[in-house]
This record gives sequence, structure tokens and C-alpha cells, in this order.
Amino acid sequence: MALALLVSAVAVVAVAPLVGTVALPAGRVIEAIFHPAAADPLTLQIVSLRLPRVVLGLLVGAFLAVAGASFQTLLGNPLATPYTVGVAAAGSFGAFLALAWPLIGRLGPLGAVPTQAVFWSALELFLLAFLARRARWGGTALILAGVTFNFLFASGTLLVRLLADPFRLQAMDRWLMGGLDIVGWRAPATAAVMGLPALIVLLAVAPALDQLAFGDAVAHGRGVPVARLRGIVLAAGAWLTAACVAQAGPIAFVGLLVPHGVRLLVGSGHRRVLPASIVAGAAFLVAADALARTVPLLGRGAEMPVGVITALVGGPVFLLLLARRSSANRSSIGG
Amino acid sequence: MSLEARGLTFAYAEGAAPAVSGIDLELNRGELMVVVGPNGSGKSTLLALLAGWRRPQTGAVLLDERPLAGLPHRERARQVAYLPQSVAPLYDLTVREVVASGRHPHRGPWGLGNGGDRAAVAEAMTATATAELASRDFASLSGGEQQRVLVASVFAQQPRWLLLDEPTASLDVHHRVAVLDVLRSAVERGSGVVLVTHDLNLAALFADRVVLLVEGRRHAMGAPAEVLVQPVLEAAYGPELIVVEHPEVPRPVVLPRSGLSR
Repeated sequence: MALALLVSAVAVVAVAPLVGTVALPAGRVIEAIFHPAAADPLTLQIVSLRLPRVVLGLLVGAFLAVAGASFQTLLGNPLATPYTVGVAAAGSFGAFLALAWPLIGRLGPLGAVPTQAVFWSALELFLLAFLARRARWGGTALILAGVTFNFLFASGTLLVRLLADPFRLQAMDRWLMGGLDIVGWRAPATAAVMGLPALIVLLAVAPALDQLAFGDAVAHGRGVPVARLRGIVLAAGAWLTAACVAQAGPIAFVGLLVPHGVRLLVGSGHRRVLPASIVAGAAFLVAADALARTVPLLGRGAEMPVGVITALVGGPVFLLLLARRSSANRSSIGG
Repeated sequence: MSLEARGLTFAYAEGAAPAVSGIDLELNRGELMVVVGPNGSGKSTLLALLAGWRRPQTGAVLLDERPLAGLPHRERARQVAYLPQSVAPLYDLTVREVVASGRHPHRGPWGLGNGGDRAAVAEAMTATATAELASRDFASLSGGEQQRVLVASVFAQQPRWLLLDEPTASLDVHHRVAVLDVLRSAVERGSGVVLVTHDLNLAALFADRVVLLVEGRRHAMGAPAEVLVQPVLEAAYGPELIVVEHPEVPRPVVLPRSGLSR
């Protein structure tokens, strides 16, 4: 099962650079990647646009799926997503500030939108951690605090939208749908530098997450430093999410759908779930983005935001998973 | 070798009445101690304190004369296992996975096991008669089977001290006695067990020592025949109990008074 997952993921990534509003034959793309000097200029140009995009899709898909899987255990709630604790709402608020008034918030080589998004995400995480520490990091308290922050920053986002120049509204709305339409390597490089350390941290605590899934008291009894673990998972998961939102906006459903699908395939142990989520999340988002580039819904040459695709595909698939799961539960009660 | 409570006092909120107050205990290896008491008398809180899950406001828990709170978490868990009252795994797990999860404190980074893992899990499942359930889905088991599997996971942890909060609550008489037999044999091999239960007769039959809590205080402590006597129990539970002798062994049996006689 895990092998099938890996093979299909590799296939998706291999095909993704070929498709888009302009389809390219595989031979010319391979030539453009490995012998750029000999390639024809148009192919080279398209590939240099698509490759960073595929890489960003890989990173964001993997990060969101791992953050979602970790948060579901941290918060003791299978419906938790990377966005439950409010870090994405904060990032969106920051992005809207930067989109409405582009003069504020550039940081060195990073654009104003990622800089502002990361700043506000980090601020939200800091406040949340402060509150959570006082409440002993309980799952319900974290969810309630997260929901509150979600409302607060959503209101802030609406306020910015209201005050902004109407000509900028379309860009803002499009950003909110989540998209991977970036140019150049800066976005994937930034996401990788931000996210990979947090990803490694979450992989390292996978066995302890298995224990946390039994509840805090059991985990303590088996030697898990529960309060420290909760702090680490919250910070690492939220930071991964911030890295994604800053570069690609709040892309929907990846962090909810992928972990649930993965658990059906490989079981619920985190040492299998987290690596499988990396592979499946990456493949799912790259495939969704390839679809976004290809579906001619908005007329020739225009693209769908990938967040719309993930939501449109992810929503029904998730409902199917839920239906399958609850029927399985019903039959097991009789047994 | 001992697990010791010195002057434990704990309240769940600042200014609230303490759930446990001024408790001293010393548990020895090769001893089965049963904690009984009316609802809300602080039994579960006391167990959580002994396990280091709750930190007392005053007093301390000592393991071999050293403060339990100062031990590294894994080292503590290799010595002291704790099974809280209600355990509900978030995800679907097989029985074998649940039992094997008790091995956590013995495993290395990335949860890599050592040679002893498989043997410890198999032994724990044999001792608790859960081996035939191994590949069943934990969530699909009856309440009694689930409790036996959770006890197995504690055995797989191979601790010297076992702290169990009502592990027999939803078991029928047969399985209650079976679990207690298993705990007894662990005690005979040198473990120390603290068991919280509402079942006074189980305490009477299996305990080396009974601790009776009332309103967070140690009301009585001693052999079953010393604690489970009419005047002591009456002060804790009221006058609705009578104590008789077990027909087979010289141990007390506690019965509710017949409502018909009044």
C-alpha cells in the first residue's frame, strides 16, 4: 500500500511539469531540465515557470498534511486542520494588509505579502502559546482559543478589505483562495527554509504522538513529557502552516483530507502516518495544481486557483470517507 | 525499595477544598494495596499524585527515597506505570498495537524496539488472556475486554510499580477475579501494586493492605480484617453496610443491609 502510494506520487510529480495551459511533450521538458543549453527557448521558459511551482506544491502539500495529522492528535479531534488554531487566519490578515497597502512590510528580499503573513502568524502563535501554557495546553482550550483568534483575524481581514482601494480587491480575494501561481525559486526556497526544520521536529516526535493519542494521562504514565510535547507540536505545526500560508495562501482541505485518507491506507501509527502524509500531501497538491492549470473553466490562458480545486475535490472525497468510516463503526458495534 | 507519599495535599483550583490532604503512605515491593472510599473521596486524585501526573501543592512522592518528580520521564515510566480510569484511543488500533504501546519507555529514538519488546508483549497478552484478541480492533471489544487489554499494556511496560485506577470496574465477576489473580502473581514476582476500586469485597479478598479515604483524608489503613469492619466502614459509608466472614477464607465480606428489614 505504501509502495503504491509512493509510485503514484512519483508519477504525479513526473507528469505535472508537462501539463498546463500549454501542454509540452515529455522529451522537450526533460531536455529543458537536463540540457538547458540545447533546449528551445519557449520550452525553457515554460519549464522555468512550472518547476518552482511544482516544488512549492510538493512542499506546501507535504507541510499542510503533516501539520494536519499532528494537530488532529494534539487537539484530540479528528476534525482539526492546520488552520484550527488560527495561525492561517492571522497570516491572511497580514497578507491582506500587504495587498491593500503594498508599501508596508517588505523584509529584505522577501515580498511584502509573505513577510506580513509570517509576522502576523508568529504573533498569533506567540499569544496562543501564552494562553495555552496557562491552560496546561489542553486540547479543548486550544481549539476554543484558536476559534476565537480565527474570528478576530477574519474580522480584521474584512475590515482591511473594506478600507482598501477597490481596484485591489480582486487580488485580495484571489489570494484568499490559495494558489501556487508564483514566479521563480524564491517562494519554494523560503518555504523550505522555514518549514523543513519544523517537519523534522514533528517526525522526531512521532512515537510520542502515538502515546498522546491515548490521552495525556496515559502518555504521562508511559514516560512522555506531555506539556513539553504539546508545546513543541503546537509550535512546529503552526510554523509549518505559517510557511505554507505565507507563500500559497490558505489552501483548503489538504490538511484534513490527506491524513484521514492516509490512515485508511497505512493505519494510525504516526511513524507511518507522518511520512505517508508527506508523500500523499505533496502528490495531492501537485496533482490539484496540474488540474488547476489545465481545466479551461475560466477561458483559455486563465487558471483556477488551486485552493478552489482542493476544496471542490476534497470536500466530496472527505464526505465519502466519513460515510465509509461511520458505516464501518456501525458494523463493528454489532461484532 | 519503596514508593512513598509524604504529606500529599492537592486541590484542583486555588482556594478550593483540597481533593487530597495530608496523605502519608508507603508501598513496598511484593505488596498489593487497595485504595477504597466513597465517591469523591480522592482515590483517583491520590493515584494521579503517586504517578506524578498531578503535582501536589505540598508534600512529595518518593521513589526509593528520591523525589519522583525529579526523575527523567522515561526512567520514571520504566519504574512506575499508571493506568487512569477512562482510556479512549483517538484512532483505530488493533489489540496488539494497544498492548505494544506500553513498550514506549523502553524504546529508542523513532520508537525502535529492542529484542525484549516482542517477548514482553506476548507475555503480557498471555498473562491477561488477551492473546486470542490480538488482531481484533480495540474499539470493537466489549468494555471488559478493553480493560483487560489495557491491563496487558501496563504489563508490557514491565514496571516495578503498577498504579491502576478501577481496572475492574466494567468486568463481570469472573474477569474481576481473573485480573486480580494476574495482579497477585505480579505481586508475587516482586511488583508493588496500588489499585483503586469501589469493590470492597475484592479489596477484602486480594489486598495485603487496604487504605480507606474519606473526604481526601486517610481514614483508616491496615490489613483487610482491620479496616473492613463495621465501625470503620460506618463512619465512611453510613449505616447501610454489614460485615460478615467469608465462608471459605478468614476474610471479611461486606454486604448492603436488606432494605426489607427496615
